[in-house]
Amino acid sequence: MAALFALAAVGRAAVLPDDRADFLWHDWQGGGVTVDGPSILVRKSVNDSLSFAANYYVDMISSASVDVLSTASPYKETRRQGSISADYLHGNTTYSLGFIQSNEPDYKSNTGFFSVSQSMFGDLTTISFGFTRGWDKVGEDSYQNGHYADGGRMTTWIGDADHRNWQASISQILTRNLLMSLNVETDESDGYLQSPYRSARYINPEGLVQTENQVTPNTRTGNAGSLQLKYYLPWHAALDGNYRIYHDTWGILAHTLGAGYTQPISTSWTLNGTVRYYTQRAATFYGDLFPFEDSQNFISRDRELAQYHDLTLGMGASWQFHPSWPRWIEKGTLNLSYDRMRISYNDFHNYTVGGGTVGVPLYGYDANVTQFFISLWY
Amino acid sequence: MPGNPHRRLSAAAAVALAATLLSACSIKPWVKPYEREHLADPIMSFDRNPVSDVYLDHVFEVREGARGATGSVGGGCGCN
Amino acid sequence: MKPTAHPHRIALATRLLGCCLAAALSWSASAASIAPGSAAPGFQLHSSTSTDLSLSDLKGQVVLINFWASWCGPCRQEMPVLEQLYKKYKPAGFTLLGVNVEPKSADAMGFLKSTPVSFPILFDPDSKVSQLYAVPGMPSTVILDRTGKVRYVHQGYKPGDESEYQDQIRSLVRE
Repeated sequence: MAALFALAAVGRAAVLPDDRADFLWHDWQGGGVTVDGPSILVRKSVNDSLSFAANYYVDMISSASVDVLSTASPYKETRRQGSISADYLHGNTTYSLGFIQSNEPDYKSNTGFFSVSQSMFGDLTTISFGFTRGWDKVGEDSYQNGHYADGGRMTTWIGDADHRNWQASISQILTRNLLMSLNVETDESDGYLQSPYRSARYINPEGLVQTENQVTPNTRTGNAGSLQLKYYLPWHAALDGNYRIYHDTWGILAHTLGAGYTQPISTSWTLNGTVRYYTQRAATFYGDLFPFEDSQNFISRDRELAQYHDLTLGMGASWQFHPSWPRWIEKGTLNLSYDRMRISYNDFHNYTVGGGTVGVPLYGYDANVTQFFISLWY
Repeated sequence: MPGNPHRRLSAAAAVALAATLLSACSIKPWVKPYEREHLADPIMSFDRNPVSDVYLDHVFEVREGARGATGSVGGGCGCN
Repeated sequence: MKPTAHPHRIALATRLLGCCLAAALSWSASAASIAPGSAAPGFQLHSSTSTDLSLSDLKGQVVLINFWASWCGPCRQEMPVLEQLYKKYKPAGFTLLGVNVEPKSADAMGFLKSTPVSFPILFDPDSKVSQLYAVPGMPSTVILDRTGKVRYVHQGYKPGDESEYQDQIRSLVRE
């Protein structure tokens, strides 16, 4: 599970990205969890060949999720992430280099990335290759059963996780009105790859739900491939469609299908709508309720590994303005978007420890994702 | 590359894809520079709002088992 | 690519990739366009002053033809620069033609209202002249000498390119 930096690896190599600043406020409400915070990006080119960008991102988490076993005070945590990157343009080739650091009380992560992007065939085609390397330190917070231990908030460091990631993409102009983008990505992780907070469930001889420790493999390799198309409609609108397939060595097979429609309704206002459907098959060692204790070598009840699907509907509005002051700002946009996500688990029930298994419903919830952001170009 | 069949498959796919596209070196651009009006429109950009796109990718990645091939670069978070 | 025995397929793909990458890199670096030294193709287009203008009328003058569109950022950036060059060298027998390549001229007219220029603007909605001159990128600039021969071709615009235009115009005007 990873957080991302605002550097698009797919794009035209023949020009540097626009100089811009973005100020985003994001808000997630769902599953008893609230996560909000800012994301700020500033990008500036120093000459025709070199551009720098920096991003600061915060997640402020307040959780009373299904993992918290009692109704005591919610768990609060803040994750801060900073990143810097440089893009160097030479002829039709862009070289990018960057570094991301993420910190929260129980998880520290350092990531470096490098990519090369080449524009060819009169800018009709752009091919990119990238490599990312991450070093994570995983710990466990002392928050248990709704409160901290007598010594206050403490983190016990448990293990490391290493990540290596390769990306390749082709962006292609197909016709005057049609663009295509193909992406493939391979991710290799090894080390401590599970959550210290989750535990698996099994049925004891009395028919009651009990917990046991999770054991996940210490390597994971995943491959993803995606296709995206964008089509210009004659009445000045854009239609886009995308599909992604993912498969990994834990047995997860996932499909993502999405579509979007963008419609400018005047010189300043643009509206858009999106729909996204995601479905995944469970990891081979996943189990919602194991038949007895210690029934498998690898055991996990992490619901991210369950058989699961989600549907997201989104809409957004953007207003473009040209401020008369300060003069070095060319244009700006004010943007608001709302996404509603319906998450449904096929094999994860809301069992309570020490309770029975009859009549326990499948877990699922709706979430509201809101974003408000201002973008400025200079 | 030693060992990993997934990695070899992905690399072969990437190389074959690029080679197929590049194999006809004499291709002239079939969309001329002066015909790019629609493609130059911001609504046709793949990354019109990079900060917002990256945030939504993060929202999905934290809760789903799949990750990658979205065009963004990853960092690490616990999110457990 | 004909299917071959599996062990050779990757090797073949890699060789093809290598040679074509090299060819494509060199090809994309020097995009094909009208050759300096050749006679400039003649044309006649509607101008913004609603009279027709033909290239042959301008023989005897140094002509700079700039292909532009309102949707192209560097093109818009270049317009005030071209206006300065036009004003400076017009008395010496220099003229500048801004050929707009858009199929519909509404956006171009809107841009010209906010950024007016005094040199002639011609409209090429069917891309006939763009094709004649094999326009390699947006914007593109072709500079002709007094005999109507193509002498310099520029693809793209970056702030600072105008000093090169100035040197070239000055040398042609002196011929």
